[in-house]
Amino acid sequence: MDKIFRVDMSKLTTSIEDVPAKWAGLGGRALTSTIVAEEVVPTCHPLGPNNKLVFAPGLLSGTAAANSGRMSCGAKSPLTGTIKESNAGGTSAQQFARMGIKALIIEGLPKDDKWYGLHLTKDGATIVAADDLAGKGNFAVIEALEAKLGKKTGVVTIGPAGEMKMAMANISVKDPDSKIRSHGRGGLGAVMGSKKIKYISIDSEGAPGVTVADPEKFKQAARTFAKALLDHPVSGEGLPTYGTNVLVNILHEAGGLPTRNFTLGQFDGHDKICGETMHDTIVKRGGKPKHGCHAGCIIQCSQVYLNEQGKYVTSGFEYETIWGMGANCCIDNLDDIAEADNIMDDIGVDSIESAVMFGVAMEAGILPFGDGKGVIRLLGEIGKGTALGRILGGGTGHVGKAYGVTRVPVVKNQGIPAYDPRSVKGIGITYATSTMGADHTAGYTIATNILNVGGYVDPLKKDGQVELSRNLQIATAAVDSTGMCIFVAFPALDIPECLPALIDMINARFGINLTGDDVTNLGKSILKIERQFNIEAGFTNKDDRLPEFFNFEPVPPHNVVWDFSDEEIDAFWNF
Amino acid sequence: MQITVKLFATFRVGRFKIEQRSYPAQSTARAVLEDVGVTEEELGILMVNGRHGNLDQPLCEGDTVSLFPLVGGG
Ligand code: SF4
Repeated sequence: MDKIFRVDMSKLTTSIEDVPAKWAGLGGRALTSTIVAEEVVPTCHPLGPNNKLVFAPGLLSGTAAANSGRMSCGAKSPLTGTIKESNAGGTSAQQFARMGIKALIIEGLPKDDKWYGLHLTKDGATIVAADDLAGKGNFAVIEALEAKLGKKTGVVTIGPAGEMKMAMANISVKDPDSKIRSHGRGGLGAVMGSKKIKYISIDSEGAPGVTVADPEKFKQAARTFAKALLDHPVSGEGLPTYGTNVLVNILHEAGGLPTRNFTLGQFDGHDKICGETMHDTIVKRGGKPKHGCHAGCIIQCSQVYLNEQGKYVTSGFEYETIWGMGANCCIDNLDDIAEADNIMDDIGVDSIESAVMFGVAMEAGILPFGDGKGVIRLLGEIGKGTALGRILGGGTGHVGKAYGVTRVPVVKNQGIPAYDPRSVKGIGITYATSTMGADHTAGYTIATNILNVGGYVDPLKKDGQVELSRNLQIATAAVDSTGMCIFVAFPALDIPECLPALIDMINARFGINLTGDDVTNLGKSILKIERQFNIEAGFTNKDDRLPEFFNFEPVPPHNVVWDFSDEEIDAFWNF
Repeated sequence: MQITVKLFATFRVGRFKIEQRSYPAQSTARAVLEDVGVTEEELGILMVNGRHGNLDQPLCEGDTVSLFPLVGGG
């Protein structure tokens, strides 16, 4: 039977609870957002005693379903002040699911100033002393815990940035190669740091495993689903070959690649940092062009990037990071960006927030555009927590305020990702209306605006964008609850058997009879729960807006501005 | 007329990255596709001067045609 593990850091106690009936059908984002909405006071300080940090594997995590090993983490975000769900790969979701942990809820704050670790087994959670690991980077934490507890131990950890409660701190999750994947967005590492938890170690020895109500039906659906993933050109060929970074050249061509802190839509140095060049560099140096962030991923968009000497630098080297440090900061040296990515993993900061922040820091004159070595040096200052490091670690909006910059690309104080909303208008609607602050994954209109997946809606026109973003945000909220990697959306949008097979797997797993409409309704209800939390936290429709500069600064080469009216944006919520 | 042809991802294998190529006046994007040996089924995204185009669209002197297989990311 699945259980809820609850940890009270105020009393330093742990308990195991039965899953309330109302949570039984929920997983992943549906569950973290439901628990946060039910148990967290919306007006609380995100770093205070009343916030809670919730982890929940998806509905299909721990099963044989392809790409189902994603873990959701939720809380009130210290970066945005909204509700937050951020999901990651790594080994933790499958371990949780096999151990029967439906959710882990961490609440309260310890009274003393010590650091703690949380050790999870199938029998419960134990709070242990962790002062010896305080101040250590994430790679060192993983190494130390593996040495002490064994190679198979799962690890969820925060770096120095999380310890210092910086608003762009992330939570790192060990992947199958003892490297790192991240719950990146929204500063959740600071919430974990506020609760003085340096790491969570997971020993899944003797875990009962996941029971499947109808194994035969499950097997069939899983086969159909996996076939769809492998048959679609994006998930079957493009992503494994070039990784997500294949997008640099496409967005450059389309004029939607935010460059020089969102002043241009194309980057002269695009060829040096693009997915094609990266692929060739990885192959030449003997790295791995394809790699999965969790066992059971058959798409394998990740990769292992080595330096010129053939030494490991980074994996999970994503388009977002490369765009952000590359085009947005005008750095055309892939090795510098890879090294920055490694440092960000180690000190534990979100690579998107960091990259958008550095664009603003460059505009503020803290360092020149194009200064890759300067970025690496300043990431070191963030890890050490120097005075400047603390300003930078507060994220894009924080640096903009500190230096009086007006071109600050954020929505609800979260940095805007890798697609210019003026020249790819659908994604602007997602940035504006997402319950998470600016977040491309919440409703990835790039698929249809740019990539001709799921049809085509002209990125430069307003027509159809609100509806596109709405449909995608609803579907994404549901997919984020299954434990599926969001890239299953590419085949799901194009191959008719894909989504029914996904629903069949859920039905076979739990012995239920969900229909497509039920899944859509689940997506809608998640968005509404999240929005209600934000409203009670003080947000209004006036917060569903892009920064003003997008209205009056045309972005070349198409020289377009953001031209949606308030009413047009607000119509998003008509469902 | 002179057209700049750009190829991406797997289309580059055994071909080229970027070239100036000549076509008779009034040629369409389809002529470029035939010229470089990419089939319609393989084509994922076609852009003419940074805007999504269609195969029957007539080209003008100096246009840039970019061809991508179906790829994606995030
Ligand atoms: S496709 Fe990429 S992000 Fe998705 S599960 Fe696989 S490696 Fe992870």
